[in-house]
Amino acid sequence: MPAGTSRGVGRPPARAKARPGGSRRRRNAVTAWLFAAPFVLIFGVFMLGPLVSSFLMSFTDFTSRDIDNPLAVGFVGLDQYAALFKNPQFLHSVLNTAYFVLAGIPLTTVLALALAVALNNGITRFRTAFRVGFYTPVVTSIVAVAVVWRFILQPDGLLNIILSWVGIAGPDWLNSTTWSMPALIMLAVWRNLGTLMIIFLAGLQTVPADILEAAEVDGASAWQRFMKITLPMLRPTLLLGTVLLSVGFLQFFEEPFVMTKGGPLDSTLSVSYFTFNQFGFGKYGLASAASYVLFVAIALLSLIQFRALRSKD
Amino acid sequence: MTIPETAPTFPRAQAERTTAGGTTAGGTQVPTSPPVPARRRRTGRRLSTRRALIYVALLVAVTATLLPFAWMLLGAFKTQGELLRRPITWWPEQPTLENFVAWFTELQIGTFFLNSVVVAVFTVLGNLLFCSMVGYALAKIDFPGKRFLFLLVMVMLMVPGVVTFVPLFVLVSKLGMVSTYPALILPFLAAPMGVFLMRQFIAGIPDSLIEAARIDGAGELRTFLRIVMPLCGPPLATLGILTFLGSWNNFLWPLVVAQSEEMYTLPVALSLYSTGQNATDYGLLLAGSVLVITPIILLFVALQKYFIQGVAATGIK
Repeated sequence: MPAGTSRGVGRPPARAKARPGGSRRRRNAVTAWLFAAPFVLIFGVFMLGPLVSSFLMSFTDFTSRDIDNPLAVGFVGLDQYAALFKNPQFLHSVLNTAYFVLAGIPLTTVLALALAVALNNGITRFRTAFRVGFYTPVVTSIVAVAVVWRFILQPDGLLNIILSWVGIAGPDWLNSTTWSMPALIMLAVWRNLGTLMIIFLAGLQTVPADILEAAEVDGASAWQRFMKITLPMLRPTLLLGTVLLSVGFLQFFEEPFVMTKGGPLDSTLSVSYFTFNQFGFGKYGLASAASYVLFVAIALLSLIQFRALRSKD
Repeated sequence: MTIPETAPTFPRAQAERTTAGGTTAGGTQVPTSPPVPARRRRTGRRLSTRRALIYVALLVAVTATLLPFAWMLLGAFKTQGELLRRPITWWPEQPTLENFVAWFTELQIGTFFLNSVVVAVFTVLGNLLFCSMVGYALAKIDFPGKRFLFLLVMVMLMVPGVVTFVPLFVLVSKLGMVSTYPALILPFLAAPMGVFLMRQFIAGIPDSLIEAARIDGAGELRTFLRIVMPLCGPPLATLGILTFLGSWNNFLWPLVVAQSEEMYTLPVALSLYSTGQNATDYGLLLAGSVLVITPIILLFVALQKYFIQGVAATGIK
């Protein structure tokens, strides 16, 4: 590094040169916004704009027929949300989504943690192969794997054949209002296990080995070491992983779309699917309102995440 | 979704690449190398029965995980008659390629494949360029509106796709872009996650390096192209792979906006065939699934280290 550069080191350059009437700062502003321009343009038009429009649209009776004349739509205000929360199908979709998240998240978390701990403890050979194996479902298109799962979940399909080996008569998974959701949860757990396992594996590496060694020397059993040291130190990672996964699970759409079409009898209709259906019926206002309910749920979860992580520092 | 603490910073990212076999432990101050010898010593000494049990359990779990793929592959080579026959057969009795052939001759999979490739390639290139440009501005230039822009990007990270797609569809149809490449590509060129990733990485590049270039008379564009970009290999690889994966598997928006058959992407084509009149032709559908996931699996196996680092670093699948 040339000696002449040391002047700028460790000091914010812009502030150091702010004396000549802020011209440096103005030039900076132009350059910076030029750098940001392509992103800001696309971001504004295709993300921020629609986000705001969606909010506004949720207070109107906008339908597919109003596309050519958006100014003629009627303002219905909060009545839209009142109607939404009186819509039995929507309420059903909220319950279904909650069921999916509340059953799917703990199941995925426990399994992923078990796999991560197993991989982290004593597994030195084939570690990469195991990681690749567990992560493969994550990279594949849900639409493509749903096809084979539909085949596996047939009444006389592979899963029920395997269950019959241990004496269990499996149900007609996808045509039963009781078993359709467990079937989709099974699919979701299978598909998301890898992501969570990788996050937990990264977290496990941050648990200092010397503390674990010291505990072992003091006579703590493996289970005690896990419960008293590893688990508490892993808390931020566990929280991050589960919140990230919940945000994904709340948007539950593709599984029911390809597997069950939301049925039977709306038993797998999710909030996203409800939104998609209302959009299909041309009820853009109602669809927007439903999507905003989902957004608020996701935003709340994310806020909890940021809170919890900040309090860690 | 991402959080600041998990993103790789410049010096650490460099160090991690040299740590053999270490998973990217984003956000940790503890180096990954010291625990390894300690653990190896401990497990090598005893507990070999326990270790064997762990291996068996993992082997069972990984077999169960991969079983659907095996079933998909085996089924794709079976005839429709064999797939419907009971009791079930494991290996194809008369392996046939007719399911695959049908995709190429009757169902125009070449078109869908091309569409998926075009959309993915342009989405990746756009993201790499635009996200690193804005990431550089956010990380290394002091300008009014910077904090606000960054906040906006962070907020946008948690907006689910289902919230924006209704007005987005109205916009795209007003612009007359339904069933066009721009409609499939443009909305995905500004990924907040990409901006976040690039900003975090570029912020870790020493200021002295950038100051040196500026003092030597390089403009911002030159500094960006000649100094910053060449150092950004790792995060660009991560971003490129994650974006490609997202684009290849993207479903909701292409389903809504690709309304003519010649604009279908692979997942859209597969889903419409699998729920239409072909819904019971399992051989055809399984072969289609194999064709859709093969490219991404090959890419994943070849670049698995980067995929997994990407997830560990950003928490995004």
